Amino acid sequence: MTATGPATAPVTAALALGDDALVLSHRLGEWAGHAPVLEEEVALANIALDLLGQARVLLSLAGDEDELAYLREERSFRNLQLVEQPGGDFAHTIARQLYFSTYQHLLYAELAAGDGPFAPLAAKAVKEVAYHRDHAEQWTLRLGDGTEESHGRMHRACEALWKFTGEMFQPVQGLDIDWTRLDERWRESVEAVLRRATLPVPEGPRTGAWSAGAGRQGLHTEPFGRMLAELQHLHRSHPGATW
Amino acid sequence: MATPAAQRTARTEADGTPDTVGTTAYQRAFDAAVAADERVEPRDWMPDAYRATLVRQIAQHAHSEIIGMQPEANWITRAPSLRRKAILMAKVQDEAGHGLYLYSAAETLGTSREELLDKLHSGRQKYSSIFNYPTLTWADVGAIGWLVDGAAITNQVPLCRCSYGPYARAMVRICKEESFHQRQGYELLLALSKGTTEQHAMAQDAVNRWWWPSLMMFGPPDDASQHSAQSMEWKIKRHSNDELRQRFVDICVPQAESLDLTLPDPDLRWNEERGHYDFGPIDWTEFWEVLKGNGPCNEQRITQRRRAHDEGAWVREAAAAYAAKHTGHTDGTRTTGHQTAHETEAERA
Repeated sequence: MTATGPATAPVTAALALGDDALVLSHRLGEWAGHAPVLEEEVALANIALDLLGQARVLLSLAGDEDELAYLREERSFRNLQLVEQPGGDFAHTIARQLYFSTYQHLLYAELAAGDGPFAPLAAKAVKEVAYHRDHAEQWTLRLGDGTEESHGRMHRACEALWKFTGEMFQPVQGLDIDWTRLDERWRESVEAVLRRATLPVPEGPRTGAWSAGAGRQGLHTEPFGRMLAELQHLHRSHPGATW
Repeated sequence: MATPAAQRTARTEADGTPDTVGTTAYQRAFDAAVAADERVEPRDWMPDAYRATLVRQIAQHAHSEIIGMQPEANWITRAPSLRRKAILMAKVQDEAGHGLYLYSAAETLGTSREELLDKLHSGRQKYSSIFNYPTLTWADVGAIGWLVDGAAITNQVPLCRCSYGPYARAMVRICKEESFHQRQGYELLLALSKGTTEQHAMAQDAVNRWWWPSLMMFGPPDDASQHSAQSMEWKIKRHSNDELRQRFVDICVPQAESLDLTLPDPDLRWNEERGHYDFGPIDWTEFWEVLKGNGPCNEQRITQRRRAHDEGAWVREAAAAYAAKHTGHTDGTRTTGHQTAHETEAERA
Protein backbone atom coordinates (compact mmCIF):
# COMPACT_ATOMS: atom_id res chain seq x y z
CA MET A 1 0.00 0.00 0.00
CA THR A 2 2.58 2.51 -1.08
CA ALA A 3 -0.06 5.11 -1.85
CA THR A 4 -1.42 5.29 1.65
CA GLY A 5 1.63 5.68 3.87
CA PRO A 6 1.47 4.32 7.42
CA ALA A 7 -1.81 2.63 8.27
CA THR A 8 -3.05 4.99 10.95
CA ALA A 9 -6.51 4.29 12.34
CA PRO A 10 -8.47 6.80 10.22
CA VAL A 11 -6.72 5.56 7.06
CA THR A 12 -7.74 1.96 7.76
CA ALA A 13 -11.33 3.01 8.31
CA ALA A 14 -11.35 5.38 5.33
CA LEU A 15 -10.17 2.54 3.10
CA ALA A 16 -12.73 0.11 4.48
CA LEU A 17 -15.66 2.49 3.98
CA GLY A 18 -14.25 4.01 0.78
CA ASP A 19 -13.60 0.64 -0.86
CA ASP A 20 -17.12 -0.55 0.02
CA ALA A 21 -18.56 2.47 -1.74
CA LEU A 22 -16.17 2.30 -4.70
CA VAL A 23 -16.70 -1.38 -5.39
CA LEU A 24 -20.48 -1.36 -4.99
CA SER A 25 -20.70 1.72 -7.19
CA HIS A 26 -18.77 -0.15 -9.88
CA ARG A 27 -21.03 -3.18 -9.65
CA LEU A 28 -24.15 -1.00 -9.91
CA GLY A 29 -22.60 0.82 -12.87
CA GLU A 30 -22.56 -2.49 -14.71
CA TRP A 31 -26.36 -2.27 -14.92
CA ALA A 32 -26.25 0.75 -17.26
CA GLY A 33 -28.17 -0.19 -20.38
CA HIS A 34 -29.35 -3.49 -18.89
CA ALA A 35 -31.95 -2.52 -16.27
CA PRO A 36 -35.43 -4.10 -16.34
CA VAL A 37 -37.25 -0.77 -16.65
CA LEU A 38 -36.19 2.77 -17.55
CA GLU A 39 -36.91 4.13 -14.06
CA GLU A 40 -34.40 1.63 -12.68
CA GLU A 41 -31.73 2.79 -15.14
CA VAL A 42 -32.07 6.16 -13.47
CA ALA A 43 -32.34 4.83 -9.91
CA LEU A 44 -29.41 2.40 -10.04
CA ALA A 45 -27.19 5.02 -11.69
CA ASN A 46 -28.25 7.50 -9.03
CA ILE A 47 -27.24 5.15 -6.23
CA ALA A 48 -23.98 4.32 -8.01
CA LEU A 49 -23.21 8.03 -8.31
CA ASP A 50 -23.92 8.68 -4.62
CA LEU A 51 -21.61 5.83 -3.68
CA LEU A 52 -18.89 6.99 -6.03
CA GLY A 53 -19.08 10.46 -4.51
CA GLN A 54 -18.69 8.96 -1.03
CA ALA A 55 -15.80 6.80 -2.22
CA ARG A 56 -13.94 9.79 -3.61
CA VAL A 57 -14.21 11.72 -0.34
CA LEU A 58 -13.20 8.71 1.75
CA LEU A 59 -10.29 7.62 -0.43
CA SER A 60 -9.04 11.19 -0.50
CA LEU A 61 -8.82 11.02 3.31
CA ALA A 62 -6.46 8.06 2.86
CA GLY A 63 -4.37 9.30 -0.07
CA ASP A 64 -4.79 10.05 -3.78
CA GLU A 65 -8.18 8.74 -4.93
CA ASP A 66 -7.00 7.55 -8.34
CA GLU A 67 -3.80 5.94 -7.09
CA LEU A 68 -5.85 4.08 -4.52
CA ALA A 69 -8.55 2.99 -6.93
CA TYR A 70 -6.40 2.17 -9.92
CA LEU A 71 -2.99 1.12 -8.67
CA ARG A 72 -3.63 -1.11 -5.67
CA GLU A 73 -3.54 -4.86 -6.05
CA GLU A 74 -6.49 -7.00 -5.11
CA ARG A 75 -5.06 -7.97 -1.73
CA SER A 76 -4.81 -4.32 -0.66
CA PHE A 77 -8.53 -3.58 -1.03
CA ARG A 78 -10.47 -3.51 2.24
CA ASN A 79 -14.07 -3.76 1.02
CA LEU A 80 -16.57 -6.34 2.17
CA GLN A 81 -16.90 -9.42 0.01
CA LEU A 82 -20.64 -8.70 -0.18
CA VAL A 83 -20.20 -5.62 -2.37
CA GLU A 84 -17.84 -7.29 -4.84
CA GLN A 85 -20.25 -10.11 -5.69
CA PRO A 86 -21.19 -10.09 -9.39
CA GLY A 87 -24.60 -8.61 -10.17
CA GLY A 88 -26.49 -11.80 -10.95
CA ASP A 89 -30.14 -11.13 -11.73
CA PHE A 90 -32.06 -8.10 -10.48
CA ALA A 91 -33.04 -10.03 -7.33
CA HIS A 92 -29.37 -10.52 -6.41
CA THR A 93 -28.75 -6.82 -6.89
CA ILE A 94 -31.71 -5.94 -4.69
CA ALA A 95 -30.74 -8.45 -1.99
CA ARG A 96 -27.21 -7.02 -1.96
CA GLN A 97 -28.66 -3.50 -1.78
CA LEU A 98 -30.94 -4.47 1.08
CA TYR A 99 -28.16 -6.01 3.13
CA PHE A 100 -25.61 -3.31 2.40
CA SER A 101 -27.73 -0.16 2.49
CA THR A 102 -29.29 -1.19 5.82
CA TYR A 103 -25.79 -1.68 7.24
CA GLN A 104 -24.45 1.53 5.74
CA HIS A 105 -27.43 3.57 6.89
CA LEU A 106 -27.19 2.36 10.49
CA LEU A 107 -23.42 2.80 10.51
CA TYR A 108 -23.42 6.29 8.98
CA ALA A 109 -26.17 7.43 11.34
CA GLU A 110 -23.91 6.42 14.25
CA LEU A 111 -20.88 8.10 12.71
CA ALA A 112 -22.86 11.25 11.93
CA ALA A 113 -23.99 11.49 15.55
CA GLY A 114 -20.40 11.23 16.85
CA ASP A 115 -17.54 13.71 16.64
CA GLY A 116 -15.00 11.50 14.86
CA PRO A 117 -13.21 12.31 11.60
CA PHE A 118 -16.01 10.75 9.53
CA ALA A 119 -18.88 12.70 11.07
CA PRO A 120 -19.09 15.40 8.34
CA LEU A 121 -19.07 12.88 5.50
CA ALA A 122 -21.52 10.59 7.31
CA ALA A 123 -23.92 13.46 7.99
CA LYS A 124 -24.21 14.11 4.25
CA ALA A 125 -24.08 10.48 3.15
CA VAL A 126 -26.69 9.26 5.62
CA LYS A 127 -29.35 11.22 3.71
CA GLU A 128 -28.38 9.59 0.43
CA VAL A 129 -28.18 6.17 1.98
CA ALA A 130 -31.63 6.53 3.57
CA TYR A 131 -32.95 6.69 0.04
CA HIS A 132 -30.88 3.67 -1.06
CA ARG A 133 -32.33 1.72 1.83
CA ASP A 134 -35.87 2.76 0.97
CA HIS A 135 -35.31 1.77 -2.66
CA ALA A 136 -33.99 -1.67 -1.62
CA GLU A 137 -36.84 -2.24 0.86
CA GLN A 138 -39.52 -1.26 -1.64
CA TRP A 139 -38.11 -3.62 -4.24
CA THR A 140 -37.68 -6.42 -1.71
CA LEU A 141 -41.40 -6.10 -0.97
CA ARG A 142 -42.35 -6.04 -4.65
CA LEU A 143 -40.20 -9.02 -5.57
CA GLY A 144 -40.91 -11.06 -2.45
CA ASP A 145 -44.64 -10.42 -2.54
CA GLY A 146 -45.03 -10.10 -6.31
CA THR A 147 -45.31 -13.21 -8.45
CA GLU A 148 -44.32 -16.80 -7.76
CA GLU A 149 -41.28 -16.38 -9.97
CA SER A 150 -40.12 -13.15 -8.34
CA HIS A 151 -40.64 -14.66 -4.89
CA GLY A 152 -38.49 -17.65 -5.83
CA ARG A 153 -35.74 -15.50 -7.31
CA MET A 154 -35.68 -13.13 -4.34
CA HIS A 155 -35.64 -16.03 -1.92
CA ARG A 156 -32.64 -17.61 -3.68
CA ALA A 157 -30.81 -14.28 -3.81
CA CYS A 158 -31.31 -13.57 -0.11
CA GLU A 159 -30.05 -17.05 0.73
CA ALA A 160 -27.06 -16.83 -1.59
CA LEU A 161 -25.78 -13.56 -0.13
CA TRP A 162 -26.56 -14.34 3.52
CA LYS A 163 -23.14 -15.86 4.12
CA PHE A 164 -21.53 -12.49 3.35
CA THR A 165 -23.50 -10.55 5.98
CA GLY A 166 -21.56 -11.56 9.11
CA GLU A 167 -18.44 -9.83 7.83
CA MET A 168 -20.11 -6.42 8.02
CA PHE A 169 -19.93 -6.45 11.81
CA GLN A 170 -16.25 -7.28 12.21
CA PRO A 171 -14.85 -4.23 14.04
CA VAL A 172 -13.08 -1.72 11.81
CA GLN A 173 -10.06 -0.11 13.44
CA GLY A 174 -10.67 3.59 13.99
CA LEU A 175 -14.47 3.46 14.13
CA ASP A 176 -15.96 3.85 17.59
CA ILE A 177 -19.02 1.67 17.12
CA ASP A 178 -20.84 -0.93 19.23
CA TRP A 179 -20.67 -3.59 16.51
CA THR A 180 -22.74 -6.17 18.37
CA ARG A 181 -25.54 -3.69 18.84
CA LEU A 182 -25.25 -2.61 15.19
CA ASP A 183 -25.59 -6.23 14.12
CA GLU A 184 -28.72 -6.66 16.29
CA ARG A 185 -30.33 -3.59 14.82
CA TRP A 186 -29.42 -4.73 11.31
CA ARG A 187 -31.00 -8.13 11.89
CA GLU A 188 -34.16 -6.62 13.34
CA SER A 189 -34.55 -4.33 10.36
CA VAL A 190 -33.71 -6.84 7.62
CA GLU A 191 -35.83 -9.57 9.20
CA ALA A 192 -38.81 -7.23 9.44
CA VAL A 193 -38.50 -6.32 5.74
CA LEU A 194 -38.16 -9.97 4.72
CA ARG A 195 -41.22 -10.92 6.76
CA ARG A 196 -43.29 -8.15 5.17
CA ALA A 197 -42.06 -9.39 1.80
CA THR A 198 -43.31 -12.89 2.73
CA LEU A 199 -39.73 -14.15 2.47
CA PRO A 200 -38.18 -16.56 4.99
CA VAL A 201 -35.23 -15.26 7.00
CA PRO A 202 -32.19 -17.26 5.83
CA GLU A 203 -30.96 -19.71 8.42
CA GLY A 204 -27.51 -20.57 7.10
CA PRO A 205 -24.19 -19.35 8.51
CA ARG A 206 -23.48 -15.63 8.11
CA THR A 207 -19.79 -16.15 7.39
CA GLY A 208 -17.92 -18.71 5.30
CA ALA A 209 -15.80 -21.33 7.09
CA TRP A 210 -12.58 -19.81 5.78
CA SER A 211 -13.32 -16.17 5.24
CA ALA A 212 -14.77 -14.50 8.35
CA GLY A 213 -13.88 -10.83 8.18
CA ALA A 214 -11.92 -11.57 5.05
CA GLY A 215 -12.57 -8.56 2.84
CA ARG A 216 -11.52 -6.17 5.58
CA GLN A 217 -8.20 -8.06 5.74
CA GLY A 218 -7.69 -8.07 1.98
CA LEU A 219 -9.03 -11.54 1.20
CA HIS A 220 -11.50 -11.42 -1.67
CA THR A 221 -13.51 -13.71 -3.89
CA GLU A 222 -12.40 -14.75 -7.39
CA PRO A 223 -14.75 -12.44 -9.34
CA PHE A 224 -13.16 -9.41 -7.64
CA GLY A 225 -9.85 -9.83 -9.47
CA ARG A 226 -11.65 -9.75 -12.80
CA MET A 227 -13.63 -6.72 -11.75
CA LEU A 228 -10.42 -4.88 -10.83
CA ALA A 229 -8.77 -5.93 -14.10
CA GLU A 230 -11.55 -4.16 -15.96
CA LEU A 231 -11.60 -1.13 -13.66
CA GLN A 232 -7.83 -0.61 -13.71
CA HIS A 233 -6.83 -1.68 -17.20
CA LEU A 234 -6.95 1.64 -19.06
CA HIS A 235 -5.44 3.68 -16.24
CA ARG A 236 -2.57 1.22 -15.85
CA SER A 237 -1.97 1.09 -19.62
CA HIS A 238 -0.84 4.72 -19.58
CA PRO A 239 1.43 5.13 -16.55
CA GLY A 240 1.62 8.69 -15.32
CA ALA A 241 -0.95 10.04 -17.82
CA THR A 242 -3.58 12.51 -16.69
CA TRP A 243 -7.15 12.19 -17.87
CA MET B 1 -57.83 24.66 -28.79
CA ALA B 2 -56.31 26.60 -25.95
CA THR B 3 -54.33 29.21 -27.82
CA PRO B 4 -55.65 32.73 -28.40
CA ALA B 5 -55.39 32.66 -32.19
CA ALA B 6 -57.05 29.28 -32.28
CA GLN B 7 -59.85 30.43 -30.00
CA ARG B 8 -60.49 33.49 -32.11
CA THR B 9 -60.62 31.35 -35.21
CA ALA B 10 -62.78 28.69 -33.62
CA ARG B 11 -65.27 31.21 -32.26
CA THR B 12 -65.94 32.66 -35.65
CA GLU B 13 -66.30 29.34 -37.44
CA ALA B 14 -68.89 26.59 -37.39
CA ASP B 15 -67.17 23.74 -35.53
CA GLY B 16 -66.35 20.60 -37.42
CA THR B 17 -68.40 21.46 -40.49
CA PRO B 18 -66.39 21.36 -43.71
CA ASP B 19 -66.50 24.59 -45.69
CA THR B 20 -66.48 24.75 -49.45
CA VAL B 21 -62.85 23.64 -49.73
CA GLY B 22 -63.35 20.82 -47.20
CA THR B 23 -61.40 22.43 -44.32
CA THR B 24 -63.08 22.19 -40.94
CA ALA B 25 -63.11 24.90 -38.30
CA TYR B 26 -60.88 22.65 -36.22
CA GLN B 27 -58.34 22.51 -39.02
CA ARG B 28 -58.47 26.27 -39.47
CA ALA B 29 -58.03 26.79 -35.74
CA PHE B 30 -55.02 24.49 -35.78
CA ASP B 31 -53.54 26.24 -38.81
CA ALA B 32 -54.08 29.62 -37.16
CA ALA B 33 -52.34 28.50 -33.97
CA VAL B 34 -49.36 27.16 -35.88
CA ALA B 35 -49.19 30.28 -38.03
CA ALA B 36 -49.26 32.47 -34.91
CA ASP B 37 -46.39 30.45 -33.37
CA GLU B 38 -48.61 29.27 -30.54
CA ARG B 39 -48.26 25.88 -28.90
CA VAL B 40 -50.53 22.98 -29.69
CA GLU B 41 -51.40 21.17 -26.46
CA PRO B 42 -52.41 17.52 -25.87
CA ARG B 43 -56.15 18.21 -25.58
CA ASP B 44 -56.27 20.41 -28.67
CA TRP B 45 -57.55 19.09 -31.95
CA MET B 46 -54.74 18.27 -34.39
CA PRO B 47 -54.61 16.63 -37.80
CA ASP B 48 -54.02 12.88 -37.69
CA ALA B 49 -50.92 13.21 -39.83
CA TYR B 50 -49.47 15.86 -37.48
CA ARG B 51 -50.04 13.54 -34.54
CA ALA B 52 -48.50 10.59 -36.40
CA THR B 53 -45.46 12.64 -37.43
CA LEU B 54 -44.89 13.77 -33.86
CA VAL B 55 -45.25 10.27 -32.47
CA ARG B 56 -42.77 8.97 -35.05
CA GLN B 57 -40.27 11.73 -34.34
CA ILE B 58 -40.58 11.74 -30.53
CA ALA B 59 -40.43 7.94 -30.43
CA GLN B 60 -37.31 7.88 -32.58
CA HIS B 61 -35.77 10.49 -30.31
CA ALA B 62 -36.70 8.54 -27.15
CA HIS B 63 -35.36 5.31 -28.64
CA SER B 64 -32.13 7.11 -29.56
CA GLU B 65 -31.68 8.19 -25.96
CA ILE B 66 -31.99 4.69 -24.56
CA ILE B 67 -30.02 2.93 -27.31
CA GLY B 68 -27.47 5.75 -27.06
CA MET B 69 -26.75 4.72 -23.49
CA GLN B 70 -25.06 1.56 -24.76
CA PRO B 71 -21.96 2.87 -26.55
CA GLU B 72 -21.11 5.10 -23.60
CA ALA B 73 -22.02 2.61 -20.89
CA ASN B 74 -19.45 0.44 -22.65
CA TRP B 75 -16.79 2.60 -20.93
CA ILE B 76 -18.29 3.18 -17.47
CA THR B 77 -16.46 0.21 -15.96
CA ARG B 78 -13.17 1.24 -17.60
CA ALA B 79 -13.19 5.03 -17.13
CA PRO B 80 -9.58 5.98 -16.36
CA SER B 81 -10.17 8.25 -13.34
CA LEU B 82 -12.87 8.44 -10.69
CA ARG B 83 -13.78 11.95 -11.78
CA ARG B 84 -14.29 10.81 -15.37
CA LYS B 85 -16.24 7.80 -14.17
CA ALA B 86 -18.62 10.00 -12.18
CA ILE B 87 -19.14 12.35 -15.14
CA LEU B 88 -19.79 9.48 -17.54
CA MET B 89 -22.22 7.76 -15.18
CA ALA B 90 -24.13 11.01 -14.71
CA LYS B 91 -24.28 11.49 -18.47
CA VAL B 92 -25.61 8.00 -19.16
CA GLN B 93 -28.13 8.53 -16.36
CA ASP B 94 -29.23 11.80 -18.00
CA GLU B 95 -29.89 9.88 -21.19
CA ALA B 96 -32.18 7.47 -19.37
CA GLY B 97 -33.91 10.54 -17.92
CA HIS B 98 -34.30 12.04 -21.41
CA GLY B 99 -35.83 8.77 -22.52
CA LEU B 100 -38.36 9.11 -19.70
CA TYR B 101 -39.31 12.70 -20.60
CA LEU B 102 -39.69 11.81 -24.26
CA TYR B 103 -41.75 8.66 -23.76
CA SER B 104 -43.96 10.79 -21.51
CA ALA B 105 -44.25 13.43 -24.25
CA ALA B 106 -45.28 10.67 -26.65
CA GLU B 107 -47.85 9.44 -24.13
CA THR B 108 -49.58 12.83 -24.30
CA LEU B 109 -50.34 11.93 -27.92
CA GLY B 110 -52.07 8.73 -26.87
CA THR B 111 -49.25 6.24 -27.42
CA SER B 112 -47.97 4.19 -24.49
CA ARG B 113 -44.32 3.56 -23.72
CA GLU B 114 -44.92 -0.19 -23.97
CA GLU B 115 -46.31 0.19 -27.48
CA LEU B 116 -43.34 2.28 -28.59
CA LEU B 117 -40.80 -0.09 -27.04
CA ASP B 118 -42.49 -2.95 -28.80
CA LYS B 119 -42.09 -1.12 -32.11
CA LEU B 120 -38.42 -0.48 -31.37
CA HIS B 121 -37.79 -4.10 -30.45
CA SER B 122 -39.56 -5.41 -33.54
CA GLY B 123 -37.73 -2.99 -35.85
CA ARG B 124 -40.83 -1.02 -36.84
CA GLN B 125 -39.42 2.18 -35.37
CA LYS B 126 -35.88 3.45 -35.66
CA TYR B 127 -33.28 5.12 -33.48
CA SER B 128 -30.52 7.43 -34.63
CA SER B 129 -28.09 5.52 -36.83
CA ILE B 130 -25.10 7.14 -35.13
CA PHE B 131 -25.43 4.64 -32.27
CA ASN B 132 -24.71 1.80 -34.66
CA TYR B 133 -21.06 2.82 -34.59
CA PRO B 134 -18.79 1.28 -31.93
CA THR B 135 -16.89 3.01 -29.09
CA LEU B 136 -13.47 1.44 -29.56
CA THR B 137 -11.35 3.55 -27.23
CA TRP B 138 -11.82 5.88 -24.28
CA ALA B 139 -11.44 8.86 -26.62
CA ASP B 140 -14.68 7.80 -28.31
CA VAL B 141 -16.49 8.94 -25.18
CA GLY B 142 -15.07 12.40 -25.79
CA ALA B 143 -15.81 12.32 -29.51
CA ILE B 144 -19.41 11.35 -28.84
CA GLY B 145 -19.79 14.22 -26.41
CA TRP B 146 -18.17 16.80 -28.64
CA LEU B 147 -19.46 15.73 -32.06
CA VAL B 148 -22.53 13.54 -31.56
CA ASP B 149 -24.01 15.59 -28.73
CA GLY B 150 -22.90 18.74 -30.52
CA ALA B 151 -24.80 17.66 -33.64
CA ALA B 152 -27.76 16.65 -31.51
CA ILE B 153 -27.88 20.10 -29.89
CA THR B 154 -27.71 21.81 -33.29
CA ASN B 155 -30.70 19.69 -34.30
CA GLN B 156 -32.56 20.03 -31.04
CA VAL B 157 -32.26 23.68 -30.02
CA PRO B 158 -34.80 24.66 -32.71
CA LEU B 159 -37.11 21.94 -31.33
CA CYS B 160 -37.48 23.99 -28.14
CA ARG B 161 -39.73 26.17 -30.34
CA CYS B 162 -41.54 23.20 -31.86
CA SER B 163 -45.28 23.76 -32.28
CA TYR B 164 -46.20 20.84 -29.99
CA GLY B 165 -46.05 22.07 -26.37
CA PRO B 166 -45.01 18.93 -24.42
CA TYR B 167 -42.24 18.13 -26.91
CA ALA B 168 -40.96 21.72 -26.92
CA ARG B 169 -40.88 21.82 -23.11
CA ALA B 170 -39.10 18.45 -22.84
CA MET B 171 -36.53 19.75 -25.31
CA VAL B 172 -35.76 22.83 -23.22
CA ARG B 173 -34.63 20.63 -20.37
CA ILE B 174 -32.89 18.10 -22.61
CA CYS B 175 -30.93 20.79 -24.44
CA LYS B 176 -29.59 22.19 -21.16
CA GLU B 177 -28.24 18.78 -20.24
CA GLU B 178 -26.98 18.06 -23.75
CA SER B 179 -25.03 21.26 -23.68
CA PHE B 180 -23.27 20.06 -20.54
CA HIS B 181 -22.59 16.73 -22.28
CA GLN B 182 -21.08 18.48 -25.26
CA ARG B 183 -18.76 20.50 -23.02
CA GLN B 184 -17.61 17.43 -21.10
CA GLY B 185 -16.79 15.70 -24.40
CA TYR B 186 -14.77 18.67 -25.58
CA GLU B 187 -12.98 18.90 -22.25
CA LEU B 188 -12.24 15.15 -22.27
CA LEU B 189 -10.70 15.43 -25.74
CA LEU B 190 -8.74 18.51 -24.72
CA ALA B 191 -7.19 16.59 -21.81
CA LEU B 192 -6.22 13.78 -24.20
CA SER B 193 -4.93 16.16 -26.84
CA LYS B 194 -2.70 17.90 -24.31
CA GLY B 195 -1.63 14.58 -22.78
CA THR B 196 0.89 12.00 -23.91
CA THR B 197 1.60 11.21 -27.57
CA GLU B 198 -0.52 8.06 -27.22
CA GLN B 199 -3.42 10.01 -25.74
CA HIS B 200 -3.28 12.60 -28.51
CA ALA B 201 -3.27 9.83 -31.13
CA MET B 202 -6.24 8.20 -29.41
CA ALA B 203 -8.19 11.48 -29.58
CA GLN B 204 -7.32 12.05 -33.25
CA ASP B 205 -8.32 8.50 -34.17
CA ALA B 206 -11.69 8.90 -32.45
CA VAL B 207 -12.40 12.22 -34.20
CA ASN B 208 -11.43 10.66 -37.53
CA ARG B 209 -13.98 7.90 -37.03
CA TRP B 210 -16.84 10.00 -35.64
CA TRP B 211 -16.66 13.08 -37.91
CA TRP B 212 -18.49 11.80 -40.98
CA PRO B 213 -21.15 9.80 -39.12
CA SER B 214 -21.84 12.99 -37.10
CA LEU B 215 -22.45 14.96 -40.29
CA MET B 216 -24.86 12.24 -41.38
CA MET B 217 -26.89 12.78 -38.19
CA PHE B 218 -28.60 15.76 -39.85
CA GLY B 219 -30.24 13.36 -42.24
CA PRO B 220 -30.19 13.14 -46.02
CA PRO B 221 -29.69 16.25 -48.18
CA ASP B 222 -32.77 18.46 -48.38
CA ASP B 223 -33.74 17.24 -51.85
CA ALA B 224 -33.83 13.63 -50.59
CA SER B 225 -35.50 14.20 -47.23
CA GLN B 226 -38.80 12.39 -47.03
CA HIS B 227 -40.57 14.25 -44.22
CA SER B 228 -38.93 17.68 -44.18
CA ALA B 229 -41.30 19.91 -46.13
CA GLN B 230 -44.46 18.97 -44.22
CA SER B 231 -42.66 19.12 -40.84
CA MET B 232 -41.40 22.62 -41.61
CA GLU B 233 -44.90 23.72 -42.54
CA TRP B 234 -46.20 22.39 -39.22
CA LYS B 235 -43.31 24.09 -37.36
CA ILE B 236 -42.21 20.79 -35.92
CA LYS B 237 -39.03 21.44 -37.82
CA ARG B 238 -37.59 24.95 -38.25
CA HIS B 239 -34.48 24.55 -40.40
CA SER B 240 -33.54 22.23 -43.22
CA ASN B 241 -31.10 19.33 -42.82
CA ASP B 242 -28.46 21.03 -44.95
CA GLU B 243 -28.77 24.35 -43.09
CA LEU B 244 -28.25 22.63 -39.74
CA ARG B 245 -25.36 20.55 -41.09
CA GLN B 246 -23.62 23.70 -42.33
CA ARG B 247 -24.17 25.39 -38.97
CA PHE B 248 -22.58 22.41 -37.22
CA VAL B 249 -19.54 22.36 -39.51
CA ASP B 250 -19.04 26.09 -38.98
CA ILE B 251 -19.08 25.59 -35.20
CA CYS B 252 -16.76 22.57 -35.21
CA VAL B 253 -13.89 23.79 -37.38
CA PRO B 254 -12.58 26.44 -34.97
CA GLN B 255 -13.20 24.10 -32.02
CA ALA B 256 -11.08 21.40 -33.69
CA GLU B 257 -8.31 23.99 -34.08
CA SER B 258 -8.49 24.83 -30.37
CA LEU B 259 -8.33 21.13 -29.60
CA ASP B 260 -5.24 20.80 -31.80
CA LEU B 261 -7.00 18.02 -33.69
CA THR B 262 -7.72 17.81 -37.41
CA LEU B 263 -11.00 16.94 -39.12
CA PRO B 264 -10.67 14.17 -41.70
CA ASP B 265 -11.80 16.15 -44.76
CA PRO B 266 -9.24 17.47 -47.28
CA ASP B 267 -11.91 19.69 -48.85
CA LEU B 268 -12.69 21.57 -45.66
CA ARG B 269 -11.91 25.27 -46.12
CA TRP B 270 -13.38 28.68 -45.42
CA ASN B 271 -15.42 30.13 -48.28
CA GLU B 272 -15.28 33.89 -47.98
CA GLU B 273 -18.05 34.39 -50.48
CA ARG B 274 -20.56 32.13 -48.73
CA GLY B 275 -19.38 33.05 -45.25
CA HIS B 276 -19.28 29.33 -44.41
CA TYR B 277 -16.87 26.42 -44.48
CA ASP B 278 -17.04 24.26 -47.59
CA PHE B 279 -16.79 20.56 -46.91
CA GLY B 280 -16.34 17.41 -48.97
CA PRO B 281 -19.04 15.04 -50.22
CA ILE B 282 -20.71 12.77 -47.68
CA ASP B 283 -20.78 9.05 -48.40
CA TRP B 284 -24.55 8.57 -48.46
CA THR B 285 -24.14 4.94 -49.47
CA GLU B 286 -22.72 4.27 -46.00
CA PHE B 287 -25.60 6.23 -44.42
CA TRP B 288 -28.29 4.21 -46.20
CA GLU B 289 -26.46 0.93 -45.54
CA VAL B 290 -26.22 1.61 -41.80
CA LEU B 291 -29.85 2.75 -41.76
CA LYS B 292 -30.87 -0.49 -43.46
CA GLY B 293 -29.18 -2.53 -40.75
CA ASN B 294 -25.70 -3.09 -42.13
CA GLY B 295 -23.82 -0.90 -39.64
CA PRO B 296 -21.13 -2.25 -37.35
CA CYS B 297 -23.40 -2.50 -34.29
CA ASN B 298 -27.06 -2.59 -35.43
CA GLU B 299 -27.51 -6.20 -34.42
CA GLN B 300 -25.61 -5.85 -31.15
CA ARG B 301 -27.54 -2.75 -30.00
CA ILE B 302 -31.02 -4.09 -30.63
CA THR B 303 -30.13 -7.52 -29.25
CA GLN B 304 -28.93 -5.99 -25.98
CA ARG B 305 -32.05 -3.81 -25.79
CA ARG B 306 -34.35 -6.79 -26.36
CA ARG B 307 -32.43 -8.92 -23.89
CA ALA B 308 -32.62 -6.26 -21.15
CA HIS B 309 -36.34 -5.93 -21.78
CA ASP B 310 -37.01 -9.68 -21.90
CA GLU B 311 -34.85 -10.45 -18.88
CA GLY B 312 -36.63 -7.67 -17.00
CA ALA B 313 -40.11 -8.98 -17.77
CA TRP B 314 -40.37 -10.91 -14.49
CA VAL B 315 -39.40 -7.76 -12.55
CA ARG B 316 -42.08 -5.65 -14.23
CA GLU B 317 -44.63 -8.43 -13.71
CA ALA B 318 -43.71 -8.64 -10.02
CA ALA B 319 -44.08 -4.89 -9.58
CA ALA B 320 -47.48 -4.94 -11.30
CA ALA B 321 -48.66 -7.91 -9.23
CA TYR B 322 -47.52 -6.27 -6.00
CA ALA B 323 -49.17 -2.98 -6.90
CA ALA B 324 -52.41 -4.75 -7.77
CA LYS B 325 -52.39 -6.56 -4.42
CA HIS B 326 -51.57 -3.52 -2.32
CA THR B 327 -52.82 -0.43 -4.07
CA GLY B 328 -55.21 -1.59 -6.73
CA HIS B 329 -52.97 -0.13 -9.47
CA THR B 330 -51.20 -2.36 -11.93
CA ASP B 331 -48.21 -0.25 -12.85
CA GLY B 332 -45.93 -0.96 -9.92
CA THR B 333 -42.76 0.23 -11.62
CA ARG B 334 -43.74 3.87 -11.52
CA THR B 335 -44.39 4.37 -7.86
CA THR B 336 -42.41 5.14 -4.70
CA GLY B 337 -38.68 4.51 -4.29
CA HIS B 338 -37.10 4.73 -7.70
CA GLN B 339 -39.42 7.50 -8.81
CA THR B 340 -37.69 9.54 -6.16
CA ALA B 341 -34.43 8.83 -7.94
CA HIS B 342 -35.78 10.25 -11.14
CA GLU B 343 -36.95 13.37 -9.41
CA THR B 344 -33.63 13.77 -7.67
CA GLU B 345 -31.84 13.40 -10.97
CA ALA B 346 -34.17 15.82 -12.66
CA GLU B 347 -33.68 18.41 -9.95
CA ARG B 348 -29.93 18.28 -10.47
CA ALA B 349 -30.34 19.17 -14.11
